[in-house]
This record gives sequence, C-alpha cells and structure tokens, in this order.
Amino acid sequence: MDRTPHRRVDVCVIGSGPAGSLIAAELTDQGLEVVVLEAGERFDSDDRLERMERDIRSAHDPLSVWNMGGPRDAYTSTGEQFYPLNRARVKGVGGSTLHWQGMVMRLHEQDFNRSTHDGVAADWPLEYADLAPYYTRAERELGVAGALDNPFAPLRDEPFPQPAFPPSYSDSLFAAACERLGVTMHSVPNARNSTNYDDRSACVGYGTCNPVCPSGAKYGADIHAQKAAEAGARIVDRAPVQRLEHDSDGKQVEAAVYATPDGSTHRQEARAFVVACGGVETPRLLLLSESSHYPQGLANSSGLVGRYFMDHLFVGMGGTLREKTRQNHIGFITSECHQFYDNPGQKTRGTENGIPESDTDHGPIKLEFLNYAGPSPVEIALNGDTWGDELLQTLRDQYGNHIAMGGLVGQLPRAENRVSLDRSTTDDHGNPVPQIEWQVDQRSKRTIRRANEIQRAILEELGVDVTWTVGPENTGPAFHHMGTTRMGENPTESVVNAKMQTHDLDNLWIASSSVFVTSGAMNPTLTIAALALKAADHVVRSL
Amino acid sequence: MKLTRRDALAALAAGGTVIGGTAALRWANIDDDGVGEHESRTLEAVARVIYPSTVSEIPRFVETYVVGRFQDRSTDRRGILEAIATLDEYAQTWYDDAYRKLERQTQARLLSEMGLNVVDPVPDGTDVERVRYYLINELLYALYTSPTGGTLVGIENPQGYPGGTASYQRRSR
Repeated sequence: MDRTPHRRVDVCVIGSGPAGSLIAAELTDQGLEVVVLEAGERFDSDDRLERMERDIRSAHDPLSVWNMGGPRDAYTSTGEQFYPLNRARVKGVGGSTLHWQGMVMRLHEQDFNRSTHDGVAADWPLEYADLAPYYTRAERELGVAGALDNPFAPLRDEPFPQPAFPPSYSDSLFAAACERLGVTMHSVPNARNSTNYDDRSACVGYGTCNPVCPSGAKYGADIHAQKAAEAGARIVDRAPVQRLEHDSDGKQVEAAVYATPDGSTHRQEARAFVVACGGVETPRLLLLSESSHYPQGLANSSGLVGRYFMDHLFVGMGGTLREKTRQNHIGFITSECHQFYDNPGQKTRGTENGIPESDTDHGPIKLEFLNYAGPSPVEIALNGDTWGDELLQTLRDQYGNHIAMGGLVGQLPRAENRVSLDRSTTDDHGNPVPQIEWQVDQRSKRTIRRANEIQRAILEELGVDVTWTVGPENTGPAFHHMGTTRMGENPTESVVNAKMQTHDLDNLWIASSSVFVTSGAMNPTLTIAALALKAADHVVRSL
Repeated sequence: MKLTRRDALAALAAGGTVIGGTAALRWANIDDDGVGEHESRTLEAVARVIYPSTVSEIPRFVETYVVGRFQDRSTDRRGILEAIATLDEYAQTWYDDAYRKLERQTQARLLSEMGLNVVDPVPDGTDVERVRYYLINELLYALYTSPTGGTLVGIENPQGYPGGTASYQRRSR
C-alpha cells in the first residue's frame, strides 16, 4: 500500500475508531478531501472466525486476538489502582469497536448538568437538547436495535431504527423477582442487528460478541471507515502520528507527522485536523506535540490536557439458582434497569417487598441482567482435567445454573486522575509512553456499595445462592476512557469548546470521549458518535 | 447421540473454515504423503477416549473435521501430525506399540500418564503441551462447539456455533 502523503487536503483525521470513521464518512459525503491516519492495521474481515477461535481456546494471550501489546502499545500504570490499558483498547481500522460489547445508551439530561443538579463536578457547555438530534443520527448510522419501553430514558423524537432483541429466558426469571420488589426492567439499545440492516445480516448467535463478532451483525467503526473510503477518503493504516506541527503563530496546525512500516516519516498537510484517538492516545499526541510555543503540549494552555481521566466502574454479583438459567447462548444483554440512574437512593415498593431507601450522596447507577453468567461448556472442556464421560458430567454439573447481574457506576472527574508522558519509557518509535494515574474515589465506592445492595436484594428475592460480588474493593474499569481533553467555554478550565474545537488552535478539533466533562454511567460510544457528527458539522462550516 | 456432518461443518466454521455444501472431506482427498490410515485411526482412537461414550459416528465426524482443518490451516496440519508422532513415541516406549493399536483402557491410561489431563495447552510449548493443544483440545473444541456436543451439556447453541437468536429466549427442553 502506498502510505506516502497526499498534497495538502481539506481534513486530516487521526484515528479510525467510531469518532474518526464517522467524521471521515460525513466529511467525505460533504465533498471534502479527507485523509485518515490510523496507527493500527486494517484487519481482514475474513479472519474473524479464526480470531473467535483464538478467544475461545484459552491457550492464547487475549491481547493476541486483535494483535495488541508489544513495544508499540507500551504504557505505564501508577496510582492506587492498576489500569490494564491494552485490554481496554484495540488499535486498527475500527478502533476499540472491533472488540466492544455494543451497548449504546444516551446520556441523561442530568449528566450534562452535574454541577447545577448535584453540586458536584462541572456542567457541560451544551445541553441534552443540543445533542439529541445528533443522538438520533448516530442511532441511525450505527443501526441501533431498541424499544421505547424504558420509562427512565431521556426524551427522544424517533423510534429506534431496528426493533429491540426480545428478552432472554433468564430475564423472565428476573422479571418475577423484580416485580415483587418494585424494580422495573426494560430493553437495552444494542448496536447489533436484530434484522438485516445496512447490508449486514441479523445476529446469528455466535455468542462471542466481545471480543469478536464473526458475522458482522455487531456494528464496528470499520463499517464507516469503509464507507468513507468508498466515497473517496484515503485511509492509511499502520501510520502512527508522531506529532502535530503548527505555524509560527501557534494558531493553526500545519501537518501531522507520521511513521510508516518501512521506517519512513512523512508529513500530511491539511486545512483542518481532527484528533480522534480516544481518551488516552489523544492527550498523549497533544503532549508529544510540545513546541517552544506550547511547552506543556499542543492545545494545552490550560494545563488540563490529560487531566480528569475517568472510567466507568464495573459492579456485579452472581451465583447459582436451583433451575436452568440458559446462559451463554448469546454474548449480549437484553434487559437492564435504569431506575436508579437519576435517583440512586430511592426506595421501591413491589407486590411483596422493596429496595430500601438510601439518603447518602451517590452517582448514577446502571444495572444489567447478564445473559452470559458462568463459564461456557466449551471453555470448561478446554481447561478441564478429565475427559470422556467424566468430563461430560463435569460440564453438566458446572453449566446451567449460573445467574448474575452487572452494572456501571461513573467516576467524578478528578484532576489527579490523569494521562501524562512517562519519559523513562519509550515506544517502538522512541516516543515516551502514556502513563496512567488512576484511583477510585470515595463517592464512587459509596455508589458501588449502593448498587451491590440493590443487586443483592434482587438476587436474594430470586432465590440465588450468591457466590461472588464485584464491589468497591475489587471493582475494575469498564474500559471507557473519558475526560482527558475536557469541553468547556472557559479556556483556563477546558481544552475544547462546545464545537470541540481547541481553544488554542483554530483548525484543530478533538472528537473523542476525551471531551466528556462528566462520565454518567452509560456506555459512552453513542455519545462519542453523536459528538463526532456534531463536530463534523462544525468542521464543514469552518472550511 | 449421533454426531453428524452438520456437527463437523459447524465445528469447522467455529474455527474459521467454511466448506461448500458439496465438498468431499475425506482422508482419501488429502494431497499429503504424511497423512494416511495410521494418522486417521490415531485421531479416531484419541476421540473415542476423550469423547463421551454416548456419542456415535465418531470416525466420520473426526474425518470431516480434521480434513477440513488440514485443507484450510497448514499450521494446524503440521501441529496435529507432530502431536500424533509424539503420542506414538510415548506409546512405543512405554507399551511397545503404536497408540492406535493399544487397548482402549491402555490408551486412556497413557493420556493420563503423559500428564495430558493437567498440562496447559500451549501451541508452541513442550511436547506434551503441544499434544494437549493440537490433539486433545482440537478434538474437544470440535465436539463442544457443535450442536450435538452442546446439546449433550444442555445448550443447543454453544459458544462458537451460529445457532440463531431463538434458543436464548426458550426454557430448557
């Protein structure tokens, strides 16, 4: 493949995850000349079944499913809690949507006004209503399968583009217990085809959505990268951008300097640049682009590039039931509960019992009813220490009765949680690697305890013998990197404005979860997509 | 429970091999001097030991699956053939005969004596680790990603098999 640069183009997009690919497709549709520079490779969709086998057969390093790890992806994790960065991302055309779960909810109105509403964190410089039309467009682009049965969801103008997946058998078990407790269950918006949509088939049930959907029913941003390419955009893979170079005034980016596999370095010039590299590599690239004009890093007059790193925290509980629960037929969720999102401390009253009230300060809680609790039979078999009839008996004993709930809790933005450069360690091109300093604050831990309280009440009402809990002491990140180039109107308190244009440089935009001001507790990709479409509109108007 | 051609094709698909409907996956069609009756009989013998006694039609299932893998995946082909050779070396040294010619009980005992029940499957590991990966786990993967293998355990749509989106909604039959 020819990886040499084009002459000066209209827009250079850096990164081809959901933000970068959607923007590239949108800008190309508008008649602009676009080059996308992607650090990772372009994966062949014909290889997906082999990648799935690699995942199921546990002999392989999980990172090898999407070729992550090694000197290219080196990083440092410091702070109270280890952050497993390379398990949290994929570098390649499509980005981390290649391995994502595919859950796509809108943030709630309150998420944009946490300071005003709860007296914590900061408000976004835009409202839910500003983003609502872009949410609708994003749902159409991603082909979201959903239903209008969620009484806690924010207002919307249109139905979902595809019908929701019907609830699972295990959802029906939960439903009876939830009714007795006054807990409301509802469907889940999935970026996964429930019908044939956008020339892709409906889900066929491989059961391995995360990390590989072999059928292509799950949305991946490689779809929009391909659309962009078909419309005329140039997608250059294995072209990691090393730094951005600006003009003498420091008001315009002039070129993206990128490396290619043959050892060459090139400059791609453009009228505008969009950095869309996620919540870790986006601030890293800006910090690597330091200059005499921007000694703290490009677009970093505020000193906030890399600050306010946030992730969602997983909260879960599970065990076994004295009846068959029908797990692991599919790899996605069909029911959730958002009842405790806007009012996490509320009490409920059902037909027989209820969830007790809590008057403590909490963040939003999202609850999930899992369809993949416990191990799958093939995984048990491949790791077993018996075979023949004895192995079959082991499989029958270990499979069939597991049941579990998951959930997400959001972190508040805290300046000490950050991405910076570790100058003592370099990647395969000699650049300092990202260093992640991350800890879980007390409010998040309180919220996790509250989520566990609700989960325990539901599971015990159902009659589950609870055998495991993921709570405040053993929680981990949900792999949603947010907040490291936050959005705001005040240039001393933020990196980009509400248009996602950097305060410092006129022709530099950031499209990424890195612009989130607060995290909410909803999976972030639909918001990333909506913001990307909004940013695309602003880029078009600027040119 | 009877293993079928559909089971073998499903297991092949779970490993990335998609075969056309009329393709003849027969040992005789393999264009390789290293694969003959000895190798096919050895694979069948291993499968008879590690598969539950209730499954039938093992030779045809193993033939369809392994020939499909050989045609599609040269790395696996080499790994499987080397693992058969390793297994035979142990059989010859400890029991003075090829693995496939041993009594069924002896075949089962040999696998345990080699430590194949406790060793990790490692494709580029030690001799025994590679036998676990290329013989034992290859054949277990084939069985338990197939509809019949899944149904034995109580899941009609096992992980790795594209069994649709109806079974997850149903109670156990």
